[in-house]
Amino acid sequence: MLYMAVAAGSFRRYATYRAATAAGIVTNTVFGFIIAYAYLALWDQRPHLGGYGPAQALTFVWAGQALLAVAMIATGGLSELQERIRSGDVAVDLYRPADLQLWWLAADLGRAGIQLFGRGVAPMAVGALAFPLALPGDPLTWGWFLLSALLGVVVSFALRYLVALSTFWLLDSSGLAMISGLSCMFFSGMVLPLRVFPDGLSDLAQLLPWAALLQVPADVLIGARTGGALLRGLAFQAAWAVALLALGRLLQSAATRKVVVHGG
Amino acid sequence: MARRHDGTADGRLRTLGEGGRAYGLIAWMWVRSTLAYRTSFALMTLGNFASSALDFVALLLMFSRVHALGGFALPEVAFLYGTCSLSLGLADLAVGNAERLGARIRDGTLDTLLLRPAPVYAQIAADRFALRRLGRTSQGLLVLLWSTGRIEVDWTPGRILMVPLMVVCGAVIFGAVFTAGAAFQFWAQDAAELQNSLTYGGNALLQYPPTVFARDLIRGVTFIVPLAFVNWLPALWLLGRPYPLGLPPWTAFLGPAVAALMVAGAALAWRHGVRAYRSTGS
Amino acid sequence: MDGVAAEPLIELDSVEKVFTVRRRAGRLRRTRHEVRAVDGLTFQVPRGEMVGYIGPNGAGKSTTIKMLTGILVPSGGRLRVAGIDPSLQRARLARRIGVVFGQRTTLWWDLPLKDSYELVRRMYRVPAAVFRANLDRCIELLDLAPLLDVPVRQLSLGQRMRGDITAALLHDPDVLYLDEPTIGLDVVSKAKVRSFLRETNAERGTTVLLTTHDLTDIEQLCHRVMVIDHGRLVFDGDLAGLRAAADGERTLVVDLAEELPPIEGVPGARTVKVEGPRQWLAFPAERSAAPLVTAIAARYPLVDLAVREPDIEALIAELYAGGGAARRDPGGADPAAPDPLRP
Repeated sequence: MLYMAVAAGSFRRYATYRAATAAGIVTNTVFGFIIAYAYLALWDQRPHLGGYGPAQALTFVWAGQALLAVAMIATGGLSELQERIRSGDVAVDLYRPADLQLWWLAADLGRAGIQLFGRGVAPMAVGALAFPLALPGDPLTWGWFLLSALLGVVVSFALRYLVALSTFWLLDSSGLAMISGLSCMFFSGMVLPLRVFPDGLSDLAQLLPWAALLQVPADVLIGARTGGALLRGLAFQAAWAVALLALGRLLQSAATRKVVVHGG
Repeated sequence: MARRHDGTADGRLRTLGEGGRAYGLIAWMWVRSTLAYRTSFALMTLGNFASSALDFVALLLMFSRVHALGGFALPEVAFLYGTCSLSLGLADLAVGNAERLGARIRDGTLDTLLLRPAPVYAQIAADRFALRRLGRTSQGLLVLLWSTGRIEVDWTPGRILMVPLMVVCGAVIFGAVFTAGAAFQFWAQDAAELQNSLTYGGNALLQYPPTVFARDLIRGVTFIVPLAFVNWLPALWLLGRPYPLGLPPWTAFLGPAVAALMVAGAALAWRHGVRAYRSTGS
Repeated sequence: MDGVAAEPLIELDSVEKVFTVRRRAGRLRRTRHEVRAVDGLTFQVPRGEMVGYIGPNGAGKSTTIKMLTGILVPSGGRLRVAGIDPSLQRARLARRIGVVFGQRTTLWWDLPLKDSYELVRRMYRVPAAVFRANLDRCIELLDLAPLLDVPVRQLSLGQRMRGDITAALLHDPDVLYLDEPTIGLDVVSKAKVRSFLRETNAERGTTVLLTTHDLTDIEQLCHRVMVIDHGRLVFDGDLAGLRAAADGERTLVVDLAEELPPIEGVPGARTVKVEGPRQWLAFPAERSAAPLVTAIAARYPLVDLAVREPDIEALIAELYAGGGAARRDPGGADPAAPDPLRP
């Protein structure tokens, strides 16, 4: 199938960036250590902060470092697509029999797949060796975590796709991309777990789509979401994924009309 | 770097002067290029400020839950945060774009720099000189000013002088790390992210007090990559706190010496890299 | 040109460049190979000469240029440009040479063209009077006046090339290296660039070394051609000599008033292709086309005609084929036709 081939191609392409992957692993691991010690100091003062124990807090840190590249948490757009829109090459893509959104989603899933192995596993393994982590013992929880992480990648893609499409209307979408990337860093739980935020802000942040990128998958991994809460978490992610992808389709058809009318 | 027949002190000084001049010329061209897109420039500067501020917001959120971190109160942690952010911001502004070296090697445009009568380092350091980085710098400065009014320090002239001195030495140390990281790209062209672990990673580390971290980590950033001299040791002296690893008090004043040593090391790495590039062409 | 009195401006004596290439062999093992990109190159270029430096891709052309400009350090041999060893005094040499890479501009993308020149003036410390004179000359000969205030990103490829050549000449270099200066340019820009280079060479005595895939560049500019292949000089002489050595053939394309059987009985030429009223005749490259045209016009209803040069790859291919044993398809001489030798 076409989109499988796109995903596989993207997977292989990112697999060739070996030096970049190695550099990324080192950087994620270094940041993991620094944040882990900071959290240890924090949970030393407040052992049940946010409802997490110290081991759960540490696991949250390493889950964050593992998913940072996979779900592109610090990035606000799809630079390649933005470049194609700016240069007008996207007109060619729009006339292709393939759907633009599905094409880029497939490519992004392929990228996320290789980066889960390339940049996700190694920092998590180092973290597990260096700190007492609260990693799940049964494979089923790992399965739920992977599903939740996958949904997180889809939500992340849907958001970045919206930013990328804005290039059709804005001359330079890099400003919007940056704002989106910063919101993502802050509201995903990357800077601090959302449950540790002050109460009102915490409740609000956990309703926003960015929570689907890290907060929910990390909670699934550390056992802070089980049973009904687990299913509610996955439903929350799926709902945002569907809503944002649909919004993307709407914007895409508007963009297509614009290209057809104005010729790019 | 241009190797000249006159390896004398006078000749070296002249090369340095040429380099500074070329840096200024190129940086000015980039500033003017940036101003061709004013809205974008304003937004990017704001974003640079905000991305730096995010770390501080995280600290504030932490302190909304606790009163001290590793035994340090918010103003003290903010002082650490302000000094290292300002140092990193200045280093990033001055030479941060040397990290584009790998990209320039890949697309072949490093060669065009080698054709100009100016040291390559000056040209690559000034490459895409980005005034938007004043965003991080000014954010660090604001936090630093806020915290200096709140930490309990007996401000003698010597202590007052220590603040700018540590910021400058810290910037030079970070600048040396940026340079060494760029030099590494002569061998590994897509490893640009590696240096982030020491620069931005170093910044993330130094904003917390050393009491938070394990002894081995502190040993590493004291003796291997001496980031501890950026702000930890001088700040501990100012705050009258005990030094980590039982270090003697005079280590707080080693900043300039450490910075000079780092610059020498980075210059050596850079020279070596340029030589390797000119013999392999890739 | 007075070749005896002129001192050599560029001197190469057994220059070598060896690269070590690591290749993946199997999963983890890597093997090292030595690649001789330049293999014992010896030649001299006197001051004021215009030389074409040609060869197939990967022959060692750009490696040579990189060594001549001080970017790369030779592995062996002796190399001097204007008496300077480029590998030791790169920055000093930079003030004596100008370089233009056809597809890589050194101009400032977002700034008006004239700002790039201002940077050259200050970086090379060009005296104000010299700068003014050189710039005025380029503005006049290359029609730059309307472009000076335009941001470089808005210039066409041809305008940008003219801008780049100007930037390379403002500091009065002794040598100008041009890498594919006419690639991708329209006919008018090509002609403008060529006549400018000719005049610069004649008026100012600037030595020019140019690499190109366009034989017309060589024909109109260079008295001397050097062909390099596998890192070695395989030909050094004038274009006629190269044609003779390659036993090259040119092609006469004639349009007749109507479709006719292949033209016959024209001495020294043979018809190689017929397509409707258009016919292609091959004839030895060193001979004049005039007698052929006269002979054809006398017997056939001639409407239009054109002479096509063999392109450089074809010439070099024949240089190797040894006396042109392999006959070319005349379409190969048509610049629009896909060329199997060009990757």
